[in-house]
Amino acid sequence: MTDMTVLQSRSEDASTGEDFSASVMSIEIGPAHPAMHGIVRLTTQLDGELIVGMEAEIGYLHRGFEKESENSKWIQVIPYTDRLNYVSPLLCNIGYSMAVEKLYGIEAPRRAEFTRVIMGEISRITDHLTCLGAVAMEIGAFTFFLWFIKAREYLWELVEEMTGARLTTNWTRFGGNAFDLPDGFLSDLSDRLAKLKEVLTECDKLLTRNKIFIDRVKDVGAISKEDALSYGFTGPMLRACGIPFDVRRADSYSVYDELDFEIPVGSTGDCFDRFLVRMEEIRQSISIIEQAADKMPEGPFMTDERMMHYPDKKDVYGNIEGLIDHFKLVMEGHQPPAGEIYMPTEGGNGEIGFYLVSDGSGDPVRVRMRPPCFNFVAAMPAMTVGHYVADIVPIFGSVNMIGGELDR
Amino acid sequence: MEILLEIIMIPAVLAIIKIVVIVLLFALPLGTFLTLMERKWSAMIQDRVGPNRANIGNFTGHGIMHLAADGLKSIFKEDTMPKGADGFLYLIAPFFGLIAAVATFAIIPIAGPIGDFTFQVTDIEPGLLFIFAITSLSVYGAVLAGTSSNSKFALLGGTRASAQMISYEVFMGLALMGIFMVYGTTRVSGIVDGQNEYWFGSLIPMWGVFTQPLGFVLFFTALVAETKRAPFDAPEGESEIVAGYFLEYSGMRWSAFMLAEYVALVGVASLITTLFFGGYHVPWLHLWESAPQWLVTILQIIKFSVFTLFFCWFQIQLRWTVPKFRFDQTMALGWKKLLPLSLINLFVTAFVILAFA
Repeated sequence: MTDMTVLQSRSEDASTGEDFSASVMSIEIGPAHPAMHGIVRLTTQLDGELIVGMEAEIGYLHRGFEKESENSKWIQVIPYTDRLNYVSPLLCNIGYSMAVEKLYGIEAPRRAEFTRVIMGEISRITDHLTCLGAVAMEIGAFTFFLWFIKAREYLWELVEEMTGARLTTNWTRFGGNAFDLPDGFLSDLSDRLAKLKEVLTECDKLLTRNKIFIDRVKDVGAISKEDALSYGFTGPMLRACGIPFDVRRADSYSVYDELDFEIPVGSTGDCFDRFLVRMEEIRQSISIIEQAADKMPEGPFMTDERMMHYPDKKDVYGNIEGLIDHFKLVMEGHQPPAGEIYMPTEGGNGEIGFYLVSDGSGDPVRVRMRPPCFNFVAAMPAMTVGHYVADIVPIFGSVNMIGGELDR
Repeated sequence: MEILLEIIMIPAVLAIIKIVVIVLLFALPLGTFLTLMERKWSAMIQDRVGPNRANIGNFTGHGIMHLAADGLKSIFKEDTMPKGADGFLYLIAPFFGLIAAVATFAIIPIAGPIGDFTFQVTDIEPGLLFIFAITSLSVYGAVLAGTSSNSKFALLGGTRASAQMISYEVFMGLALMGIFMVYGTTRVSGIVDGQNEYWFGSLIPMWGVFTQPLGFVLFFTALVAETKRAPFDAPEGESEIVAGYFLEYSGMRWSAFMLAEYVALVGVASLITTLFFGGYHVPWLHLWESAPQWLVTILQIIKFSVFTLFFCWFQIQLRWTVPKFRFDQTMALGWKKLLPLSLINLFVTAFVILAFA
């Protein structure tokens, strides 16, 4: 027996006759795997520890948001948007309501807009904190995960104070918000932001300058500007590549043009840049919240246009217009004028866009949401191939895939 | 009574008694207790409460009941074996690590000898070479578990573990070579007694950490990597390869892996104490000449335990503070940085000894 035949016979398992001589091993990461936070499957080809191929399979969390919306009234879609992005539900609430307002061609009162900015930025911070915490946890710094979650808890208590719920917020309405600022909210807000800043400083000291941490995330999962654009990246992932694109500035909506903030950009688009961009965005969001709280105008928090909200009870019982409005809103729901619009807003992960089609009746014809994560997951093979299997973890963590929003 | 005493003083019987006392009353309970200590301490670091629910009646004992609860749970869990696993190897793999971890304690003295009686299972001539032999045995636990499980994740973990442990063994030996040169022996009692000397009259004890500061850092790093604890826990890699080589285990066999890790943690701490912090010798105790023997022995045990606990705590603190290395970074650190450093350490030590001694 020559050496070659020995090798040949060893490479074949005698009992099964399977051929093990191929050096590429296929391994299923997910759908149930600790690093796949939502549910997604990455079929990975490994050469030793090196990733040579990957295929991302999505759809495990599909709940039919879009189809369900077509069978609902316009206003009934708002609770569904809570469940899209379950770490920053308010941003989806706001995005959808602003899209419907655009369809109507109306604007919410200024007080409502400022409140939306505050709540939206709080949600953006919770989104970023969750992502950063997950990245830190998955490369072994479990302590930071809990510190970030602790900080997130301060903010979710504020969300609870405002909306009555932590996750199922259902807070915005067409032309305003369901509730005004509760008593003492602004002073609570500044307390919580101070605590949040402490946590950020602490984590900055211990994590951002940690050699092991930097080694794990630097030059990992880098993607070039051109590739990022061709994949359709938005949000922090795109900004980490060095393109200062932010819907809040590029297509200024709400009252963001009155507020002063910077758009942090990275240079290489690797996991470390994404981490730093998100860290800086948290700081910018804090400053936006502080400015918005200072400028908070007095006035109504709901538009006084007819047919946007239930009329006051005294109008319902006191005059015919009120009674008819009430009757039509209950029976037929909101009836935006016929037409189609696309309304982009800046979500936690990137551009959340709602494409709405109305035929003038009370039922939406089409409610389509543009999920930011979809493009990131599509780019997972491009970002991971050539790296080690352990790098899937920080790359996938920094993508911040949210299953609810991805699969809808 | 006298017959009993005579039987006890037979070397073989005595050795068995010592094994029982040191292993069953010191190493295993401390290892078990460390699982709780780790959970409590990490809870403190992370602003949590930690385990506090398991109870008998209303007694929770600050979470100590969780030890009993976890043990019972492991015993009653089904001992599963994956389809296609290599039965015999799969079943014995968990015990390699545990046996190796426990065997470390055979040569560690926890107090000074009283007459012929030593507080050490055996004081063999090769001494530390025995440790190297035993720790290399523990590689088999991880490798066999990884390869016999018939799971790709476990296989990745097993290969990582074998590569890492074998590499770190190399300069673990080299890092300790300085200690052998300074104290002129591999026998543990010789090294411990060598550390009872003093510089500048009675000012500074000649502890290993002072004679071999670089050797201490290198040896400690190597030992932490050898026990596969954070930041060197790539073989477990709980985020990417789920649990690595012991992914497929359940019940008591899984507990054997965990227990082995914690017993090894105690082993590391006691080795560090013995080799670099004067072992059981209480510094400056020789100045008190009239100290009664029994008090000295008690003080020695206390000193040894305190230092051991300190280094256990230090490893726990380390785990919850730093992120973990990627596997290739672990290897690069070992071969490219620590190995040259330990060689330099060896040459400098040799030069100093040659020039000044």
